[in-house]
Amino acid sequence: MTLEIIGISVLWLFLFGYVIVASIDFGAGFFNAYSLFRGKQHILTGIIQRYLSPVWEVTNVFLVFFFVGIVGFFPKTAYYYGTILLVPASIGVVLLAIRGAYYAFTNYGGLKHKRYTYLYGLTGLFIPASLSIVLTISEGGFVEETASGIELDYWALFTSPLTWSIVILSLTAVLYISAVFLTWYANKAQDEPATELLRKYALIWSVPAIVTATGIIVELRGHNPEHYSRLVDLWWLFAISFILFVGTVYLIGKRKAYGVAFGLLTGQFFIAFFAYGISHYPYLLYPFLSIYDSFTNEAMAIALIIAFIAGLGLLLPSLYLLLRLFLFNKDYVQGKRNDHA
Amino acid sequence: MGNEESVFFSRVLTELTLSFHIIYATIGVGIPLMIMIAQWLGIKKQDEHYILLARRWTRGFVITVAVGVVTGTAIGLQLSLLWPNFMELAGNVIALPLFMETFAFFFEAIFLGIYLYTWDRFENQKKHLLLLIPVAVGASFSAVFITMVNAFMNAPQGFDLVNGQLVNINPVLAMFNPAMPTKVAHVLATAYMTSAFLLASIGAFRLLKGSNHIYHKKALFLTMKIGLIFSIAAAVIGDFSGKYLAEYQPEKLAAAEWHFETHEGAPLMLYGVLDDGEVKYALEIPYALSILAHSDPNAEVIGLNEFPEDEIPPLYIHYLFDGMVTIGMWMMALSLVYVVGVWMKWGFIRARWYRWLIVFGGPLSMLAIELGWWFAEVGRQPWILRGIMKVEDAATTSGQVDLMLLLFAGLYLILAIGSTVVLTRMFRKNPVEQELEDRELEKEGGFR
Repeated sequence: MTLEIIGISVLWLFLFGYVIVASIDFGAGFFNAYSLFRGKQHILTGIIQRYLSPVWEVTNVFLVFFFVGIVGFFPKTAYYYGTILLVPASIGVVLLAIRGAYYAFTNYGGLKHKRYTYLYGLTGLFIPASLSIVLTISEGGFVEETASGIELDYWALFTSPLTWSIVILSLTAVLYISAVFLTWYANKAQDEPATELLRKYALIWSVPAIVTATGIIVELRGHNPEHYSRLVDLWWLFAISFILFVGTVYLIGKRKAYGVAFGLLTGQFFIAFFAYGISHYPYLLYPFLSIYDSFTNEAMAIALIIAFIAGLGLLLPSLYLLLRLFLFNKDYVQGKRNDHA
Repeated sequence: MGNEESVFFSRVLTELTLSFHIIYATIGVGIPLMIMIAQWLGIKKQDEHYILLARRWTRGFVITVAVGVVTGTAIGLQLSLLWPNFMELAGNVIALPLFMETFAFFFEAIFLGIYLYTWDRFENQKKHLLLLIPVAVGASFSAVFITMVNAFMNAPQGFDLVNGQLVNINPVLAMFNPAMPTKVAHVLATAYMTSAFLLASIGAFRLLKGSNHIYHKKALFLTMKIGLIFSIAAAVIGDFSGKYLAEYQPEKLAAAEWHFETHEGAPLMLYGVLDDGEVKYALEIPYALSILAHSDPNAEVIGLNEFPEDEIPPLYIHYLFDGMVTIGMWMMALSLVYVVGVWMKWGFIRARWYRWLIVFGGPLSMLAIELGWWFAEVGRQPWILRGIMKVEDAATTSGQVDLMLLLFAGLYLILAIGSTVVLTRMFRKNPVEQELEDRELEKEGGFR
């Protein structure tokens, strides 16, 4: 295994971590707003806030970790993606900022108003949409190299069916992941009405999530045949992923073992996410940037990997402690404790 | 939009983001230490007031952390979005501390979440103190690592430049560059100092507004003591920084002091205005610059005239430097008189006018932080990497920076208003007298 592969695997793993925790967060915000809209807020709000409050900051760090890491391991990405993404990434950051700040303002500062709840719910959908643009761009075909630098062809980007398929995939996946997780969480809290409502959402969103995911593969056939053929080579990974999907839906449908269902869902996305990543190899931005020509020097790569291992040694026990105290603490989950400072 | 405009707007946007972020970042670095000290004192003295102090500071702190986190995310991304050429080059050498900063941040985020949501869960207050240690350590270490990155931009090392290529890279050497010790120490000391004075101004304000509770008096005395200690530390480190500049960045020191001719026994210029290259109305302290630069009244100090014209920073940084130093000295004197006054039982430190001075001390210290950063950053113009890359070669070629500037300016305005409103409401609605009463009731098994 070369240093390049280790580097990109580490980053991909963190991006995956972000996709899961952020999906739960974004989806929760949306479901909360939707339930307010439908007058069912009393069912969901307690559950959602108990989960989100201690972890909202941690979610954000996963993203920071990814973009700092990618520039560290692959400094050339700063030049290519940095130049191209000024507008979409800035919009994403502004939305994330509004979202994060208002979360704190409403939860700790007592700034309670319906409009903030709606705003919060909506940003939860816009952020994955604005961030998933990066995935589309990485497929190539939207970037031109000119004499003065590189430029993004917005017209081509926004008229491409691939763009919109990926946006829709990100939205449905967010809602599906979130609903499955929250069903499990609500069930742990022994909150029957919330479990039922979320279970319904999970089943509703499972269908579009899997349909759009399949759709992307078809889109790529026309857009980037080289990538498509590598995806097809990995068909067996996608097949395993699909079986896990069926397992999740079955368990949720039968009202059984929600914890296992969430485990299967994580497995499903993990395999699909890595299969997609592997098929993308070796390009970071097709065809300008591969992981080999953009990799940092060896000294830095080794230093970063050592820092990464040391950092994980610190983080994993801390994360475990966080989960022990909140996610797996019965009294806390069931709302019997309120130890907020 | 031409590239010149991109450079200009990139600079403005970076300055805006950083100027806004450091307000919250400074609080984010300093307050956890204050909370930790208060919690520790509460345990040591068995005094409920200090524990409550820690708890109330924490609640306000969460709001500032939220804004700090989101603006920090913004500047983190803007580094690559606005300065892609810089990051492409420097990333090869300086990615390590940047990466480590996210770990420190991660660590802090996890334990802050735990600390916030486990109040009253543990019988033993010492467990709360244990949770605070990683929060304070994480907060301070993210400042340490990110300041290392900035120090590298001032004194790049840890690589060789061969035909425009960076070779023989040593990431650790890059982190421990000559600018690092003074920068990191000064950033930490002033962050602690500013946070202490901000908390002191809250205490003084409550006392002025009629609450005569012993809680506020304890808070005020504690924070003024801490502020005094760190303002002295900041001044001592500031002196070391002067010596660093004389050695490694003489053009910054010379521009800050309007020191044009190289000569021995150089005087220090305080205040004054610059008129056609002539310094007017300045207070001149003989030999002081030589002492500041080399600890020797007769030492030679390099003047600005020795440098090519396109490599000297703007001369207005003198005002920034003077402003920063003046506020630092003023706050040191103010807190010294207060602390001595409490011991000696001087009456005037409890007078309204003195308390008003303390109230203004917090915002003034924050202003000094801003002035200091502007001085440090503008002082290395025209370089982004001193001696290696100029700012105009580092910026993005994208034509939409002006629009992004508007977008972010709007965001910061919303965040500034939002955080101010929320913070004031939070504490106005739940004064300390009320909270102490509630806690008594709770202890007696009463209802809330």
